[in-house]
Amino acid sequence: MNIAVVLRQVPDLIETLEIAGDGTCLDYGAARFIVNEWDNHALEQALLLKESRGGSVTVVALDFGEVDNTLYEASAKGADNIVKIPWDADQPPALRQAVALYAEVLRSIAAELILVGCQAHDELEGPLAPQLAFALKLPYVGVVRGVQPSDEPGSIRVFKEFPGAVVARMAVRLPALIGILAAEKAPRYVPVSRIRAAMKSTQIQEQEVSPPPTESLATVSRLYVPEAPQRAEMLEGSVEEVAERLYQILAEKGLVR
Amino acid sequence: MSAQDILVLGETKQGAPSDITLELAACARQLAAQTGGQAVVVLLGPEGKQAAVHVVGADRVLVIDDDALASYMPEPYVAVLSHLLESGKPRALLAGSTSVGLDVAPLLAARLNVPIIGGCQKIEAADGTLKVTASFCAGKMLADLEVSATPAVLVVLPGSYRAAAEGAAPQVETIRSPVPLEPGPVRFEQMILPAVADVDITQQDVLVAVGRGIQQQENLALAEELAEVLGGAVCASRPIVDQGWLPLTRQVGKSGMTVKPKLYLALGISGAPEHLEGIKGANLIIAVNTDPKAPIFDVAQYGVQQDLLDFAPALIETLRASKSEAV
Repeated sequence: MNIAVVLRQVPDLIETLEIAGDGTCLDYGAARFIVNEWDNHALEQALLLKESRGGSVTVVALDFGEVDNTLYEASAKGADNIVKIPWDADQPPALRQAVALYAEVLRSIAAELILVGCQAHDELEGPLAPQLAFALKLPYVGVVRGVQPSDEPGSIRVFKEFPGAVVARMAVRLPALIGILAAEKAPRYVPVSRIRAAMKSTQIQEQEVSPPPTESLATVSRLYVPEAPQRAEMLEGSVEEVAERLYQILAEKGLVR
Repeated sequence: MSAQDILVLGETKQGAPSDITLELAACARQLAAQTGGQAVVVLLGPEGKQAAVHVVGADRVLVIDDDALASYMPEPYVAVLSHLLESGKPRALLAGSTSVGLDVAPLLAARLNVPIIGGCQKIEAADGTLKVTASFCAGKMLADLEVSATPAVLVVLPGSYRAAAEGAAPQVETIRSPVPLEPGPVRFEQMILPAVADVDITQQDVLVAVGRGIQQQENLALAEELAEVLGGAVCASRPIVDQGWLPLTRQVGKSGMTVKPKLYLALGISGAPEHLEGIKGANLIIAVNTDPKAPIFDVAQYGVQQDLLDFAPALIETLRASKSEAV
């Protein structure tokens, strides 16, 4: 099965996020980037499928943030082809523009299965995956925790997650685009030595795409850090002092004897 | 349906409207009062007939009674709702940020070429414009947005609105699907219920919850020990379950369990909205996190800004020492 995976860069939320001068978007220049965790699970799921049934995995990414590191790591993990879409702007594309960019490249790849993270934490205009599926005229199921080959030719089985640890098993006819919440196994670890080796051997194919006009249908008027109506009472001191204070609180509330 | 109406994509669970449906109904009613329209909850599938009578807060409930909608599949849902939006042209469609809403809402917006906003927490209508406050970057940022195009598709975070406690029973109308629903490329096969859990975290008085800050699977032993000393059980946020370190039955949040313990001790959990949704009923939340800006401190009563790997052993020791003294 030939599988395509979209890998996106997102700001690392462990770092402090800065707001750009106009107050309506993040200052991406000040951000540290990581791979979108749900896309990382999509890559893992693609590699698991390839290992069980053969085929190839093609990774598609926009040249934004620290994407080369992500792409070399994907190659070290087992991705067969790497396609990078040039992007010079300081900001990532608006969602509709991103859909058009990825769709054009994915059409040229003609994969039977496309796996994309079902969300990313910097999406204001809804998730990319279903909107990309619509642009490619492909069936879509998202919030999926695991994809398996099916005995039915030309189909896969997906496991869609619902609240309460309930999962719906669905059969999906290929070609299709699936929004991944989690792979069947945790994303694999690759040692730095293999990533370094991949940096020397990986051929990154750049595919120019004519950028479509930006046409967001919603306007951001302000971006800001939320002010909580209440904040926790912070317990200060050494770990031993705080542990003692917390014990007293729990005892006062009858939660420990 | 009129151009001032607010539509709600309703969801059902065991013959009753889900919590998010009642929250969206309340939101829709507030908005409809501003637009001069009605709040209309759409329930898809035969179960909707049973659930409709339990809807509170809406003006109308529209049940689409068709066996093709009995089990959720994206395509028939999108087909029916597209027809309703195109024919009725309401001001907005509200969907929950749920497994169903995250499929259907963006597919609808793409199909109809209309605006969509995710993570909505507050929505107001004024001067023909919808003003929306949306959560961004896992709750670390908020964005104010304006939408003029109609209909707008708004994906609302659970917990953003309070369901109406009571109200006049809405008018219920049941119709067959207004569009033909043929079998498509996605076919529902089976609903898989969780295996009998070793521990039912929904019934625990004390929960020690772990997040990314636990760093390694081996460190879970620390949480297990702390839970044992406190007389509780260990649960986790989604990334820990995604790593396969704990089963899905131990996951707290939007796609996991909703818990109501007397004590929820959150270790290394940042507090993404999806996780906070699952702990709204907790009596006492204590959070341990190295990041002073972590959103979990916005909902916790007490906070500890320390590395859980340093703090948990100290707390275990203190608790054990106090028990020894008590003997």
